[in-house]
Amino acid sequence: MSRLTTDWNLGTAGDDIYAALVEAHRGLSEEEARRLDARLILLLANHVGDAETIREAIAQARRGLGK
Amino acid sequence: MARYQYQPFDYVPPPELSDGKGRRHPVAIVGAGPVGLALAIDLALHDTPCVVLDDNNVVSVGSRAICWSKRTLEIFDRLGVGERMVAKGVTWKVGRLYHRDREVYSFDLLPEAGHKNPAFINLQQYYVEQYLVERAREFPRLIDLRFRNKVVAVAQDAAGVRAEVETPDGRYRVEADYLIACDGANSPIRRMMNVAFHSRIFEEQFLITDIEMKADFPSERWFWFDPSFHNGQSALLHKQPDDIYRIDLQLPADADPEHEKKPENVIPRIKAVVGDRPFEIDWTSLYRFQCGRIDRFVHDRIIFAGDSAHVVSPFGARGGNGGIQDADNLAWKLAAVLAGKAPPALLETYNEERVHGADENILNSSRSTNFMTPKTAFEQALRDEVLSLVGDHPFARRLVNSGRLSLPCSLAGFALQSDDDPELAGATAPGDACADAPVRDEAGRSGWLLDRLGTDFVLLTFGAAMPRQDLRQIVIAQAPVAGAATLIDTGGLAAQRYGAVEGAAYLIRPDQHVAARFARPTPGRISAALARACGRRG
Repeated sequence: MSRLTTDWNLGTAGDDIYAALVEAHRGLSEEEARRLDARLILLLANHVGDAETIREAIAQARRGLGK
Repeated sequence: MARYQYQPFDYVPPPELSDGKGRRHPVAIVGAGPVGLALAIDLALHDTPCVVLDDNNVVSVGSRAICWSKRTLEIFDRLGVGERMVAKGVTWKVGRLYHRDREVYSFDLLPEAGHKNPAFINLQQYYVEQYLVERAREFPRLIDLRFRNKVVAVAQDAAGVRAEVETPDGRYRVEADYLIACDGANSPIRRMMNVAFHSRIFEEQFLITDIEMKADFPSERWFWFDPSFHNGQSALLHKQPDDIYRIDLQLPADADPEHEKKPENVIPRIKAVVGDRPFEIDWTSLYRFQCGRIDRFVHDRIIFAGDSAHVVSPFGARGGNGGIQDADNLAWKLAAVLAGKAPPALLETYNEERVHGADENILNSSRSTNFMTPKTAFEQALRDEVLSLVGDHPFARRLVNSGRLSLPCSLAGFALQSDDDPELAGATAPGDACADAPVRDEAGRSGWLLDRLGTDFVLLTFGAAMPRQDLRQIVIAQAPVAGAATLIDTGGLAAQRYGAVEGAAYLIRPDQHVAARFARPTPGRISAALARACGRRG
C-alpha cells in the first residue's frame, strides 16, 4: 500500500509555497541552488521520517526522468 | 452577425459655457469607463448627484476587458444592469489546461447550483460601457454625462476641488466637493498630481487578438502551456458574444511589436490555434504587462479608482473586476459623507480596504504571470516539473497557475468590520461578500437573496424578527414571520451559506459585505456594529 500522499495536501497555501521556493533561489549561483535543494530535501525527509515513504517519493521522482 | 457598431455619444456644450455661471458638484468623476460609470450609477442610487467628464465620445475601442466575475455581476445587478449583461454575455465556469497537446487539468469555478449569477461571463468592454451609459441616462437629474470634456488641470484645498475642462467650445471650470479619477492606467490626473506609480514590468510580450469566426468551441477557457502550435510559449482561447474569440499568445521578450502586429504575421499564428476555419481579425494589441499600484488611493478630496490606482496582468481577470469593486466600495461611503451621515474619515476605509484588494490582485496576477514566464533556471525547472507531475500526481494539478480567477477579497480585520462572533463558525463571516441563495417572498415568488438586499445597510436575521427604526430588516425563515419582511429559505441554502443559527443576525453593508454577525444579537450590539460600520467608532 502506498504511503506517499499524492492528493492535494497544501490547503490554501499552494501558491505561497511555490512562490517561497522560487524566492529562496533568487540570486543563487547554480552551485548554491543545488546546495539549497539538497538541504531542503534532507530537512523535509527528516520531517517525514518514514523511510518507505521517502523511497517511494524517490522512485516516483525518478520515474518522471525516464530512469 | 455584424460587428459592433460604434455610436459616438453626443457632445453637448456645458451650461457653464453658455451662461457663464459656475456650478458646484458634490462629485466630479473623470473617465466614463466601466469604473467611472458604475460609480456614477451607484451614487445616483444613493441620491447623490455627479458630473462625469470624459475626454472621448465613444465606448472602448476593441474588446479589452472581457471576463466579468460573479461578484461584478452581483454589483451590476444592484446597479440594474446585471441581467442585461448576462443575457448578452457568454456564460462560462470551466477552464481547461493543456500541456503541450495533452489536457492535464480542468477546473469548475462554480460547481454548485443555487446562485443567480454564473461564475463568469465574457462580454466585450464596449458592450459593458454601452449598457452602463444607457443605465446612467436613466438618471438625468442625478448623472450629468459630459463627453469630449477633457480635464487639463486640477487643484484642491480644504474646501474643494477645481478642475479646468477643455471642450470643443473652449475651457471652463468645474468645482466639486470630491473628484474621483477613474481615468485609466495612464491616468492624466495622476500625472497632473505627480502621484508615483510603483510597478513591476514583465519583459515578455503578449499578442492579444480578437477574431470573428464561426466555430463550435464550447464556452470554456482554454489555456495551453508549450503547445505544439506555439512553441515554448503559452496561449489562451476565450469565446465572446457575436462569434468573437479572444486569443492571447505569449511572445518572446525581444519580439518586435511593429513587426508582430502586422496582419501577415498575426494570421499564421491564429491559424495555428484555430486551424483552417475562415476568420477575420477584429482587434489586435501587443502588451507588456505591469503589476503595480499607487501608494494611497485617497489624496484628500481627490480619490483614485480602477486602473488609475492599480494595474495587473490580465491572467485572472482581476483588472476590470477589481475596478468595479473599487466603485462598489467607494460609492456608499462618498454618499454617506456628502449627506453628513458619516464623518469624512469613512473615506479612509476605502483606501485601506481597496489597497488590500489591489494587493491581493497584484499578488495573484504576478504569480500567474511568473508561472507562465519563468525567470531563472530553477523557476523553469519547478514549473516544468509541476506540469510533468500532473498526469499521475493529483496534487500537482492545483499548482498549475494559468490565472487565479477573480474573487472578492475579504475585508475582515479592517476598521468597519466587527470581530466575528466565536459562536458562529465559517461560511459568510464579517468582511466577506454576501453569499447568494434562492428564496421565495411572502407572495410565493421565487427570487434571489442578493436581489433583495438593496443598496443601503440591512439587517438579515434568521428565524426571528428584530425590528429597528434605523435599519431595514429582512427575516430569513421557513415560514412568514409576523411584523417583518420575510424571505423563505426554500432549500435551506441561505442558512447553510451564512453558517447561521436560529436567531442569528447579520449586519450587511450597502456594498453587500458582512459588517458584523451575532449568534445572539441584542439591540445594543447591533447599534455598536452599525456605528462602527458607518465610521462613527469611538
